[in-house]
Amino acid sequence: MSVSNPLLLIAELSYKCPLHCPYCSNPMTIGDAKYADELSTEDWSRVFREAGELGVLQLALTGGEPLVRKDAEELTRVAKEAGLYSNLITAGTPFTRTRAEALKEAGLDNVQISIQDSDPVSSDHIAGTKSFAKKIEAAHLARELGFPLTINVVLHRKNLDRIEEIIALAEELGARRVELANSQYQGWAAVNREALMPTREQLEHGEQVVIAARERIGPKMELLWVLPDYYEDTPKPCMGGWARDAMVITPNGDVLPCQAASSIPGLEFDNVRDRPLAEIWFESDAMNRFRDFVPEVCKTCPLGRFEVDLGGCRCQALALTGDAGNVDPVCQFSPHHALVTDAVASANRLGRNGDGEFVYRTEKATARV
Amino acid sequence: MTESLRLEVPVLPNGFRLHWDKVRERHVLLFPEGAIGLNPTAASVLELCDGRRTVEDIAAELSQRFGGADVLADVENLLLDLANRGMVADVSQ
Ligand SMILES: C[S@@+](CC[C@H](N)C(=O)[O-])C[C@H]1O[C@@H](n2cnc3c(N)ncnc32)[C@H](O)[C@@H]1O
Ligand code: SF4
Ligand code: SF4
Repeated sequence: MSVSNPLLLIAELSYKCPLHCPYCSNPMTIGDAKYADELSTEDWSRVFREAGELGVLQLALTGGEPLVRKDAEELTRVAKEAGLYSNLITAGTPFTRTRAEALKEAGLDNVQISIQDSDPVSSDHIAGTKSFAKKIEAAHLARELGFPLTINVVLHRKNLDRIEEIIALAEELGARRVELANSQYQGWAAVNREALMPTREQLEHGEQVVIAARERIGPKMELLWVLPDYYEDTPKPCMGGWARDAMVITPNGDVLPCQAASSIPGLEFDNVRDRPLAEIWFESDAMNRFRDFVPEVCKTCPLGRFEVDLGGCRCQALALTGDAGNVDPVCQFSPHHALVTDAVASANRLGRNGDGEFVYRTEKATARV
Repeated sequence: MTESLRLEVPVLPNGFRLHWDKVRERHVLLFPEGAIGLNPTAASVLELCDGRRTVEDIAAELSQRFGGADVLADVENLLLDLANRGMVADVSQ
């Protein structure tokens, strides 16, 4: 199969973050010394220009917290010049008036703010730090300056019951789109799975509320409801396929096919400090490793579903079965499918109030877990 | 629930912009969640949706480019279709 040019660049500017969400999809290894060796302003600028040349259309400025980088405004300007549509994915707390105005001026296209819950106390508890009030201020500010606003809420057992209030909050903030993203169990969320996984009842209620809200609100606010794959019996096509449309660049310049790929042993990632981006996209080992790959089970799929789901997520296959080459165990035909159904059964036994302590995301905790 | 779409002075919604994709050699419409490729006709109509020109202005301008042919109905249909998909709005909205 011929390799097409990428459409999306996910730029993880830094893994530093003032928040500590236990569901954070960042890798467990955020505290590793190599990630402290962040790309310079010049490196990122060159990368954005190369990305534009390579046909990338969309740029996500993310992390960690992208705004811990003092040069986020300058990088936004470079992105604009390179023809990229820029989307700032922020927790909101550092989105102050000075910075917001400078970002607007630099040509930032969209602002996405994540909120942990509609209830301030719970939101701060999940974030592991006082942050709710600043997020709300940031959202108002984004609207005041005329940015289109996306609100992102990662859903799990501890906040799903408030989905109605969460939607109402997003409406009040004037979001044009709300991502109600049921937690995927990647990175820190995998360690916290037991504390996060919702019950079937909670999910069904959530879905009802979303359907009713869509009906009531109409086209003025788009509601995206992302089902948790653990509750399905066929997997999701991770990232739209391994290195098909998107690439991720980590704070130190490694180029990955997805945000979790650093967990896969034996993958050698090329770094933008050493090779041009185009060369990495088309030639790097890591990008090519699973590009045309079909897991054994999928070759004889009774549903003939491979073109739809591509056998699911390589990183989830690795995390659960120990081999990234296995079919994603979310699939009902996976010999390891019980790993998923057992986790679901256990979450439902625990019930909506079942606890489980959070392991908060910190650079220090990297070493402990 | 189909709201009757009223389009007099069409404009791209906030956060949407046109872009010439030089790698794929076509215009694309960019927005927060992604991008869609446009055929040359759609691109030439969207280029004129500046929040000042009316649908009639746009049709008249394109008509000139195409040797005086009557394109009003085509332009209206195209714009309504794009409006239904949330890619065009009326400036009053
Ligand atoms: C890793 S964060 C980095 C940007 C910023 N710190 C923030 O939280 O908005 C990128 C996006 O992924 C979402 N996210 C984090 N962990 C997730 C998970 N386990 N499942 C689904 N989405 C997740 C966040 O809510 C955010 O919208
Ligand atoms: S998800 Fe939470 S902890 Fe992770 S980077 Fe975003 S704000 Fe920080
Ligand atoms: S066997 Fe493979 S293609 Fe078939 S449903 Fe499962 S993951 Fe999808």
